[in-house]
Amino acid sequence: MPSLDDLKKRITSVKSTQKITKAMKMVATAKLRKAQENAEKGRPYSERMNNIILNLSGGVSDKENSSKLLVGTGKDDTHLCVVLTADRGLCGGFNTNIIKKAKSHFEDLKKQGKNLKIITVGMKGYDQLKRNYSNQIIEKITFKESKNINYFDADKVGKIVLEKFEKEEFDVCHIFYNQFKNVMTQIPQKQQIIPLQKEENADTLEKDNLNYEFEPDEDEILNNLLPKNISTQIFKAMLENSASEQGSRMTAMDNATRNAGELVDKLSIEYNRSRQAAITKELIEIISGAESL
Amino acid sequence: MSEEFKVEIVNPEKSFFSSENVTEVIVPAFEGEMGILKDHISIISFLKPGIIKIFSKNVEEKFYVDDGIVEFKDNNLSVLTSSIFNLKDFDKSVIDKNLSDAEKSLENPDLDDQKKFLIEQKIESLRYISTS
Repeated sequence: MPSLDDLKKRITSVKSTQKITKAMKMVATAKLRKAQENAEKGRPYSERMNNIILNLSGGVSDKENSSKLLVGTGKDDTHLCVVLTADRGLCGGFNTNIIKKAKSHFEDLKKQGKNLKIITVGMKGYDQLKRNYSNQIIEKITFKESKNINYFDADKVGKIVLEKFEKEEFDVCHIFYNQFKNVMTQIPQKQQIIPLQKEENADTLEKDNLNYEFEPDEDEILNNLLPKNISTQIFKAMLENSASEQGSRMTAMDNATRNAGELVDKLSIEYNRSRQAAITKELIEIISGAESL
Repeated sequence: MSEEFKVEIVNPEKSFFSSENVTEVIVPAFEGEMGILKDHISIISFLKPGIIKIFSKNVEEKFYVDDGIVEFKDNNLSVLTSSIFNLKDFDKSVIDKNLSDAEKSLENPDLDDQKKFLIEQKIESLRYISTS
């Protein structure tokens, strides 16, 4: 049975933890709104980019000579995985979910006997992966210094990926991130960016294609566009990720605040009970003392 | 019949500029400056560094772009670009910095012709901006 003093101390400590989680929740809520806004603002760019590329790739005349970013290297030996996570913890299952998704992919690749290379973006991903995959991690990138997600950062990652692709260090590239669905749910995603995956509605696009005039020709535009698309896709993933991170943190902190509240209630009852027990005990002592006189 | 059409400039972070009633847009397309009026044929092209001029009835807006893609379709012009500045608030120091960066990168010996051409274009248009 803990003493009254101990209980009191525990109650105060839980209460101050609650204050912290509450504050973190508020901050996350404010940041979430901004992150969501940014993600929405960024959407038109990547959507249009995608549209144009789909339009173009439908009309490529010479499939053999078109960019390797589109058709691949023809091999499937070395896989590069870019794992995008947060720089901070305390955001529920956010980081773990991405890592889990990525790890299952890594295991699949291992079974198929493929080579694996990993780039981690964000501190937490590196922390969790370095134990098992430290040999495969070829690069770790963090943007702890930059306050907001900006295209410049995404472009840096994109350039690293492209550089490695040009040196033929890998054949296929996937990115892992959390897609923001709503505050409660974030879906870990695996997206193939090299070679570019075409969506299924190619039929309708081919008709569109007839109406376009290209200057210079399709192939050249495509070659110019595809590298940019890599950065755009990474940027999109980063935006989605940041919204997911804040959403996930908000839910996690909300839960923590609620749990702390419950704990405080429980502890207060226990505290009151033992106080009452002590009083009763003292009373009995006084009464029995008086009786014996 | 109105002679106006819609234009939207998007960069990765947001929709940078959009207007419903412009009469003419001049973009620095890769193969030369291109003026676009209403009912232009659908076209996709990419940009070299230069100045986008947007004319509406009584205003004229100018933007500097580094690169980008233009798409014109059904009287909708969209410009996708990763770096764009409105000339009105394009700071002199920023111009000079960009200019010196570009001049430095030109010294790199393993540039291919296309890249070299793009950088030369960039220097030229930046010089033009800083003198005007």
